[in-house]
Amino acid sequence: MFPTDEPDPTLLRGLSRRRLGRRDALRLGGMSAMGAFLAACGVQGQGKPSASVAPDAVAKYWAGKVQNNKLDFANWPLYMDPSKPELAKFTAKTGIQVKYDEVIQEMGPWFAKVQPQLAAGQSIGYDLMVITNSIQFGQFRDAGFLAPLDHSKLTNYAANAAKSYAATSYDPGNVYTVPWASGITGIAYDPDKVGRKITKLADLWDPAFKGKVGMFRDPQELGNFGLLAAGITPAGSGEADWTAAAAKLKEQKDAGIVRQYYDQSYVDALGKGEVWITQAWSGDIFQKNVSDGTNFEFVIPEEGGTIWTDNMAIPITAANPVDAIMMMDFFYEVENAATLAEYINYVCPVPAAQAVIKEHAAAATGEDKEYLTSVADSPLVFPAEADYSKLHYYVEFDTPQKQQAFTKTFEPIVLG
Amino acid sequence: MRRILAPYLLVLPGGLWLLLFFVVPMATMLSLSLQEGDIINGYVFTGHWQTYVESIQGYQTQLIRSLVYGAITSLILIVLSFPVAYWIAFYGGRRKPTYLFLILLPFFVSFVLRTISWRMILTDDGVLLHPLKEAGLLPESFHLLGTPVAVIGGLVYNFLPFMVLPIYVALERIDPRVVEAARDLYASPLTAFRRVILPLSLPGVFAGVLMTFVPASSDYVNAELLGGTGTTMIGQVIQSKFLTSSDYPSASALAFTLMTVLLIGVFAYARALGTDDVMKVAAR
Repeated sequence: MFPTDEPDPTLLRGLSRRRLGRRDALRLGGMSAMGAFLAACGVQGQGKPSASVAPDAVAKYWAGKVQNNKLDFANWPLYMDPSKPELAKFTAKTGIQVKYDEVIQEMGPWFAKVQPQLAAGQSIGYDLMVITNSIQFGQFRDAGFLAPLDHSKLTNYAANAAKSYAATSYDPGNVYTVPWASGITGIAYDPDKVGRKITKLADLWDPAFKGKVGMFRDPQELGNFGLLAAGITPAGSGEADWTAAAAKLKEQKDAGIVRQYYDQSYVDALGKGEVWITQAWSGDIFQKNVSDGTNFEFVIPEEGGTIWTDNMAIPITAANPVDAIMMMDFFYEVENAATLAEYINYVCPVPAAQAVIKEHAAAATGEDKEYLTSVADSPLVFPAEADYSKLHYYVEFDTPQKQQAFTKTFEPIVLG
Repeated sequence: MRRILAPYLLVLPGGLWLLLFFVVPMATMLSLSLQEGDIINGYVFTGHWQTYVESIQGYQTQLIRSLVYGAITSLILIVLSFPVAYWIAFYGGRRKPTYLFLILLPFFVSFVLRTISWRMILTDDGVLLHPLKEAGLLPESFHLLGTPVAVIGGLVYNFLPFMVLPIYVALERIDPRVVEAARDLYASPLTAFRRVILPLSLPGVFAGVLMTFVPASSDYVNAELLGGTGTTMIGQVIQSKFLTSSDYPSASALAFTLMTVLLIGVFAYARALGTDDVMKVAAR
């Protein structure tokens, strides 16, 4: 009979995001102009006290762990050049064979998938995974599913990472994770269809775009924009605020303005003209414009946008944790961080990579040169030191009850 | 002795299979629906039946919508499939297998891919709507995707063979001589159809409805890919509760509720149609 599996998000993502061609670099157009007001490289701390971890936990975990010369790496689709030059380099340098799978497409389903094995103390088949600082990040962390990192093995990280990353609210001191890349959630729109400049969240509530507005399905992404639209700062918000934000979002939905609540497929919907204006992730729009020659605009709304970080973490049951932590540190070699950023166009956690990309640009010629220059200058890859107040972090939950209450507040909007 | 045991031994592999992969999961699901807790600290059985009340109250719109979509889908399918099956059965001649193969041909492609193709056809600036918009027949903001029309359309498309084939089988079995006899007894072609062919084909229609209404009502792929904000079906709610919010009790409660509603519906339907043995008909 019918396969009743959910539609494969890899496929959808694959359909919606293509390999970005350097040839098309010129088409970037207004992208670099958009966000001079963008934030400093990295993620600002929120001053939350450091997570409590037993002082000997690190020593205990890493005792007797050795390099096994193999590594299973779980990442999101299209988060690395498909020819995997960095992995080849890593193998050549360390002798570690890497199996790289693009198996993570959404945090909720990924957590639901690996949680039973982790809870049973079994290997999930991966030694390294990239997880967003979402609701599930807290679940991974609080359930004790993440191996504490031995920072003596992370020398490149110590030397090259943007300092702000040590003070995040979700993993202060990088006890469990180090960043892979960060991204900004803002508004993307098709200027030809919209016919005016979009500057604020209220534009997502404009009845003129009835049935043409895309919103995210993830409760954090959706809820945060609801909060910002209702004039509430996401960090430190409480249940009453969430209810107010949900009412704001429900109003938008009941007026028929929202076309659909999207996952990664929003890029495709924007490309096909199904939505004209949508919540969007920075790097996606950059890549879409480059690969498809589209001319979409990405803006951080006046009321603010959100910033999130995808982080490398070692599952506590990993079979090859030493190999995994070597890989973590490998991506903090400036050269490797630079080539990765050149491809993915998300916020790079290594500030020094900007100079390296500029060097690459200087050495290149023609279109490649222009492409690399645009990456080095992109405020979405290396945000300038500027108006940081426009970017907000995800809501933090100190108890599972609060997280459940948050999810239950926003879930009914998506599942209307 | 061996002779008495033989039938039981024959049923053993299938029985064990069902016990392991049907009865056990069902019992687990029932138990889960009565548990409380969260994903980090685990769920504990507390007999908290209120989850059912909350879930049904919270998502009754989606539950009813799914049943309505399923019913509309089945009705449209009967209207579409009957003439096709009739034509193949009575006028297909020696090409019958070819025609049946043609009906099944699209189903050699995965369900999800077919639905995505539909998406591409129906999309706002796609092959269907773009020319109409260019010609000024439709406003620029008109769309099919995200509407119930697209979702039900997708359901009808995806479940078509499951209605055509049972009706075809029922019609194919009709002895042509009964129809001839009716005509010999001065029945008009219409009367012969109404009094002879139609009643004889009803078991096929019944089986077709059974094979389309149940999966269509619980389907979530079509609503996911073709639907919008007002077309969420119960399958999507269950899927999301299980796989996104890890709210196992609510998901189990909803799954159980859906199953119960469908079972009651199917048996009531069998009753109304005067078919005593649902399974026998379905098995044909």
